Amino acid sequence: MTPEATQQLLDIAYIAATVLFILAIKWLSSPVSAKRGVLAGEIAAALAVGATLCNPELVAYKWVVITLILGAAVGIPLGLVHMTAVPQRTALSHAFGALSAALIGIAEFYVGVQQGNVTRFQMGEIGLEVIIGSLTFTGSLIAAGKLQEILPQRPIVYRGQNLVSLSVLSAALLLAIALVVNPANTVLFPIMVMVALVFGVLLVTPIGGADMPTVISLLNSYAGFSAALLGFVLNSKVLVVAGALDGSSGFILSVIMCKAMNRSFTNVMFGAFGQVQAGTAAAAEQRTVRSASPEEAAGILAAASSIVIVPGYGMAVAQAQHKVRELYDALTKKGVTVKFGIHPVAGRMPGHMNVLLAEADIPYERLVEMEEINSDMPQTDVALIIGANDVTNPAARTDAASPIYGMPIVDVDKAHTVMVIKRGMSPGFAGIDNPLYYLDKTLMLFGDAKQFVGSIVRELAGGHG
Amino acid sequence: MPADFLSNLYVFILAGFVGFELIKRVSPLLHTPLMSLTNALDAIVVVAAIIIAGRQETPLATVLGAIAVAASFSNMVGGFLITDRMLRMFKTGKPKQP
Repeated sequence: MTPEATQQLLDIAYIAATVLFILAIKWLSSPVSAKRGVLAGEIAAALAVGATLCNPELVAYKWVVITLILGAAVGIPLGLVHMTAVPQRTALSHAFGALSAALIGIAEFYVGVQQGNVTRFQMGEIGLEVIIGSLTFTGSLIAAGKLQEILPQRPIVYRGQNLVSLSVLSAALLLAIALVVNPANTVLFPIMVMVALVFGVLLVTPIGGADMPTVISLLNSYAGFSAALLGFVLNSKVLVVAGALDGSSGFILSVIMCKAMNRSFTNVMFGAFGQVQAGTAAAAEQRTVRSASPEEAAGILAAASSIVIVPGYGMAVAQAQHKVRELYDALTKKGVTVKFGIHPVAGRMPGHMNVLLAEADIPYERLVEMEEINSDMPQTDVALIIGANDVTNPAARTDAASPIYGMPIVDVDKAHTVMVIKRGMSPGFAGIDNPLYYLDKTLMLFGDAKQFVGSIVRELAGGHG
Repeated sequence: MPADFLSNLYVFILAGFVGFELIKRVSPLLHTPLMSLTNALDAIVVVAAIIIAGRQETPLATVLGAIAVAASFSNMVGGFLITDRMLRMFKTGKPKQP
């Protein structure tokens, strides 16, 4: 076969892969067709990798084969992690994706310099690609470290932080511009890479655990756009398309997360979030709360006809999702309608709660989005909150002085009775007092989420039928 | 401005619009699998890494390419595997609800 004919065959394989990529995402729109989407993606990947291995430009296979095996050896365990570890796994995979995009850009630079054919335009593309890839690599590693709790989850902040971070970013961009002026400068290039790596660390360190859904989406977007830019550098359309899809996906998720936390996009871009001041809420006077035992809670739940359970990160931490399923089963058997109200930023990444509850075998029709569940709330007998706090805080609706004012919440306070499973009276992540706990209709259920739900389930099984 | 750049930009913009329209329609129920699937698709950079590592132009490029192959292929394998596992967990309840 002539080289031209081979190249055309490779291009056809890549075009087929591109079409399958788009179908993969299209089919992910509903749980019914989603498995087909994964299959389409797998066929596309196999096609593209298979075609690439036939590329006549390849002269030696040894390292390719060794590293493919190594990659699979790392990837398989990362694909088998427990569902509660999915956020950190995702952050780690953003790091890997960005790392490989950055390394390929770096390799292109050095090969181009050796061959003496780096144009200014290419240098600009490579510079931008390597900067985004590098900062996404270190930023995602920090995010993964925070999610795995190797690093502190609280925001690490200091005076003049934004100024320092922006200066470092500007330095990286200035170095890139200097490289465009003088493309073959092998001294400036590694410095630019280092500065970009440092910026990634500075970008994510100040961000607290509760803001992780936004950060992880943003890093997703950066990782995608660095792959798309790599497609520009290498003139590879399949990379441009895959990167554009991944980048726009991350971008849309970041926007959804921003809206769900009532933050502006610039606020996110400058990393100035996760710094909500405790401020006004500290002045709250001593108020009384009503608490209840598992027996009392079980009695109220058994007498209800409709219940909405609102889960949050605390449910994930306590690993309570399987006990929650038992509670769901016990109540459903008694003829109680049980739904789950899912806030978009509940948990540590977009969709986190849905995956945990699906893992516990709760039918997905029962997992209801915030807007939809809010219209049901006034007709709901009991709202049961498990490990969620700020996303149920009515101050977001009523108190203009509250740091979370304007944030959309699950309107649990509109249900006839509210029950909150909580370890103690400590405020949530953002340090904001929750007036919900002092309402007359609210019962506090103090204890570990998993144990408390377990006790309720036992009461329901043993008690009144 | 090179002609390649413009044709790539053309593809990028169109793919961006397609992505935007498709992803808007993905149910929030599936946002976590969406992220892991797009991650696996993004791991297509492995094809560029394979060429860099297998072309053996300079020792440095080969080493960088080889690391990139391992990093992106682990994403590809792990990403599809975990997306598939997650989607298997999403089950519908009993018979059809009205």
